Amino acid sequence: MARPRVTFPNRILPYLLLAPQVAITLVFFYWPASQALYTSTLREDAFGLAQEFVGLDNFRRVLGDPNYINSLQVTGIFSVFTVAVALGLGLLFAVMAEKLVRGRGFVRTLMIWPYAVAPAIAGMLWLFMFNPAMGSFAYMARTAGYNWDPLLNGSQAMILVIAAAAWKQISYNFLFFVAGLQAIPKSLIEAAAIDGAGETKRFWTIIFPLLAPTTFFLLVVNTVYAFFDTFGIIHAVTGGGPGKATETLVYKVYNDGFVNLNFGQSAAQSVILMVIVIALTAIQFRYVERKVHYG
Amino acid sequence: MATLNLSAVRKLYPNGAEAVKGLTFDIADGQLCVLVGPSGCGKSTLLRMIAGLESVTEGEVRIDGARVNDIGPAERDIAMVFQNYALYPHMKVYDNMAYGLRNRGMGKGEIDTRVREAAARLELAHLLDRKPSELSGGQRQRVAMGRAIVRDPKVFLFDEPLSNLDAKLRGQMRVEIKNLQRSLGVTSVYVTHDQLEAMTLADVLVVMNAGEIEQIGAPLDVYEAPASTFVASFIGAPSMNLLPLASGAFAGVRGVPANAVTIGFRPEDAEVIVAAGASTSDLTLDAIVEAVEPVGAESFIYARAGGDRIILRVAGRTQAAPDDAWVIRVPAHKIHAFGTDGRRLQERM
Repeated sequence: MARPRVTFPNRILPYLLLAPQVAITLVFFYWPASQALYTSTLREDAFGLAQEFVGLDNFRRVLGDPNYINSLQVTGIFSVFTVAVALGLGLLFAVMAEKLVRGRGFVRTLMIWPYAVAPAIAGMLWLFMFNPAMGSFAYMARTAGYNWDPLLNGSQAMILVIAAAAWKQISYNFLFFVAGLQAIPKSLIEAAAIDGAGETKRFWTIIFPLLAPTTFFLLVVNTVYAFFDTFGIIHAVTGGGPGKATETLVYKVYNDGFVNLNFGQSAAQSVILMVIVIALTAIQFRYVERKVHYG
Repeated sequence: MATLNLSAVRKLYPNGAEAVKGLTFDIADGQLCVLVGPSGCGKSTLLRMIAGLESVTEGEVRIDGARVNDIGPAERDIAMVFQNYALYPHMKVYDNMAYGLRNRGMGKGEIDTRVREAAARLELAHLLDRKPSELSGGQRQRVAMGRAIVRDPKVFLFDEPLSNLDAKLRGQMRVEIKNLQRSLGVTSVYVTHDQLEAMTLADVLVVMNAGEIEQIGAPLDVYEAPASTFVASFIGAPSMNLLPLASGAFAGVRGVPANAVTIGFRPEDAEVIVAAGASTSDLTLDAIVEAVEPVGAESFIYARAGGDRIILRVAGRTQAAPDDAWVIRVPAHKIHAFGTDGRRLQERM
């Protein structure tokens, strides 16, 4: 069936309408991306006076750096746990909120609030709560006999940034899961109940498979979030430390480029990061999406 | 195989709305009972209470003699066909039908036998590997039926199962449901707002209005002796002509009780006579023809008698044309009389 073709009376108008979006993409994506690509092939002397073209040498050095490999591992662990916790809790809260008879709208509103908090602020909130020197939760943990010190203990620092990063993303996931749950016809659940499926069974055999499109979408969005948008949280909470225990790829790009002023290697890292995220998204669409059933 | 008994079943929603106002009736083993009424009359609520999807505020629901008020839909041994079919969209037809059996821990071999048997009966055998989205409306309807019959339940519940089909398919599926129900002999409750479906399917017809039962009976008994003006106008298409008895205007018509305020007659029960001179014991009306609708086997004549609009049904073609002045005669024994409360005044005919 041929879809009716939209025709504009003016030949220039459609280009004008597209122009803002194209301009934004050019200025904020293609231009910096090409700059990064270009810078990644340059090396600057220690005084920033001269640049020379070194080809792929920056990439060779970055990939041979044990700190970079560490950062890859940190990012892997951080992303997997952040995404898993944010998706898992988002879904759990959505399912529980749907069961409420009273105050459902109120709970939903409250659940959405954390999303409005800026990453750095969210980081500070968690830092204040869990800072070993002044955090009230840190005090409680220590009183309970637990040796809580994320400033020295790398694993505890990791748990703290994962918690803060996941906490902020739960709202977003919650919202989409609530919408996804509401799109499932009630009669399907009733049919399954008549078919003898208990509540847990209904969830895993009917509701969860039907939420798959939502879950898949959120998986992609959350992965990108964990890779890029968590910079502010890490910067505020741990600054990548202790040591390099919470230095994710995006944080290392910042550290090497803007703190250590090694522009060439920092640019090479951001190019690699870009490739990783493109590859990850492609893999998700190629393999995970096959298992998704769109109603 | 089971009987279904409802006694004083009542549904009160938390907001104070009383959807079902204390209904009592029994359905014998193997019977197909149709609940019919306009939307909002409580028929679907009643069905959902039988299914266990809605709680029963008061009264008792018994399946095969056992009280089921407090047990869940899964343990009631019922199967339900939903208006939108409620097929699981991510499962193949086979799995849709097998789902309820698997949940009950039936063996693989037994499940396979049952699913294939049901599929063969419903001519679905070649569709078992398809997803519901790849089926036509009629096929989905069959799968929904299949999912109900593989379970071999005590009671079938149908919630307006044909309302999403086009008119031709609806007629066809109506016959199939009737045949299937008869051959399986499973006690069934069928909810519809379509009086034609109700008339053709029912062993027992329950006409409901505003949460109450207006009349229970065999379809033709209900048609021939409607218990109230509501039933008279709801059952039968076109519906019965109901005329208010303006103070003694029709007095003297034989068989019409003195306290009648409304009389009615079926469109097919009136005769058209050109000249006056009918027997005085029959009802005669002067009518002006307003419109004629020939539909082939019969014709509908829309006319005005005094201040009232009436519809007549005559076989084949009619000579009537708009603006003709005719005299309508209704034989005395075809006249239905209703009192001030809208209830029927005569004994059954």
